Amino acid sequence: MAHTAAIHTEKPSKWSGGSSPFKVEYGKLMMWFFLLSDSFTFGGLLIAYGTTRFATIGWPDPNVAFSKFPGISSSAPLAFVSLMTFILIISSVTMVLAVQAGKEMNKKDVVRYLILTIIGGLIFLSCQAWEWTHLYHEGAWWGANPFANSNGTQSTQNFTNFFFTITGFHGFHVFSGVCINVIMLIMTLCDKFEQRGHYLMIEKAGLYWHFVDLVWVFVFTCFYLV
Amino acid sequence: MSNLEQLESGGHTHAHAFDSKKVKREIWRITLYLSILTVVELLLGFLMMPWPEESLKRHLVKGVVMALMLWKAFYIIGYFMHLRHEVRNMIMVIAIPALLFIWFISAFLGDGQSYKNLRARMDPYHVERAQLPMEFPAEEGHEGHEGHETPEEHKMEVPAPAAATPAADTTEKAE
Repeated sequence: MAHTAAIHTEKPSKWSGGSSPFKVEYGKLMMWFFLLSDSFTFGGLLIAYGTTRFATIGWPDPNVAFSKFPGISSSAPLAFVSLMTFILIISSVTMVLAVQAGKEMNKKDVVRYLILTIIGGLIFLSCQAWEWTHLYHEGAWWGANPFANSNGTQSTQNFTNFFFTITGFHGFHVFSGVCINVIMLIMTLCDKFEQRGHYLMIEKAGLYWHFVDLVWVFVFTCFYLV
Repeated sequence: MSNLEQLESGGHTHAHAFDSKKVKREIWRITLYLSILTVVELLLGFLMMPWPEESLKRHLVKGVVMALMLWKAFYIIGYFMHLRHEVRNMIMVIAIPALLFIWFISAFLGDGQSYKNLRARMDPYHVERAQLPMEFPAEEGHEGHEGHETPEEHKMEVPAPAAATPAADTTEKAE
């Protein structure tokens, strides 16, 4: 007992106060908790999709359903969605660079990379808008599925229901991410962070933006590849 | 006072003596890895496109694609979201609750599979119905479906004889 007591006086516990046990500020920790809860929301949707697929006989072939590329009349499966994936990856990279520039207190670079990130997000949203419009004109919507199963048999409406719900929910996240980034850009331009002495807010916005990219990795694989 | 500032910002207020070049090199390295993994995923997608839907090799490739997906997720969370460079406590607070997904996925996908099998046993007609070709309204130009070669009304009334056989198999297995 005496021995442990001696240790405690020499090296106080991380939790006895006076230090930051997680070495992150409050807002960032709470952003992580929010993202964890959000990942369970997306997880719930994607697992419901997976369960329905496992419970259904036959399923439409995504390479037939999502095979169009703007300006190309012949079928080009996976092409458009790969473009969208790369746009989101690149916008994620520019966001890391903005966070890094913030750590270096380099306002000019923060502004530049934030603008690039916002542009990337807007291009992604435009791509999604085009894809949804195209599918709508093909007759696909909530409650309407024009695509047959891969073996030509009658398919269920679950295919389009899940597709529009999940990509729509993800697209809504992209939209809110773009709004958050625009707010960050305005705050940076107003020198808010220079006055505070740190750019930690950019880091939290960055976490959210990377999460949007992370979810797309799963949506992309689950809907377009497998 | 400085101690208080440290607490509020979690010790990240002031620019550390970190090597900016090194951090940027890491960012580009991870970008390269993510791009390579995505290209490999796409190549696998093209590879398995002509294979039959329920074949074993297609399922295997799908498994590989899932593994690559998790690998990409690791890079994004670990490096872009910086979790790998946080303290151990912080990593565990995020990672341990996320382990629930293992149970979540295996329980629910297994449930879906079992629902399909039970339904095939209890309601064989459901399996027969699933063999009916999809019919399309006349104005829609879908190409390459056998359903168009035979009169649609005939297909609707009676399941094709070829389709009836697998359904009969399922009922026999159930006995």
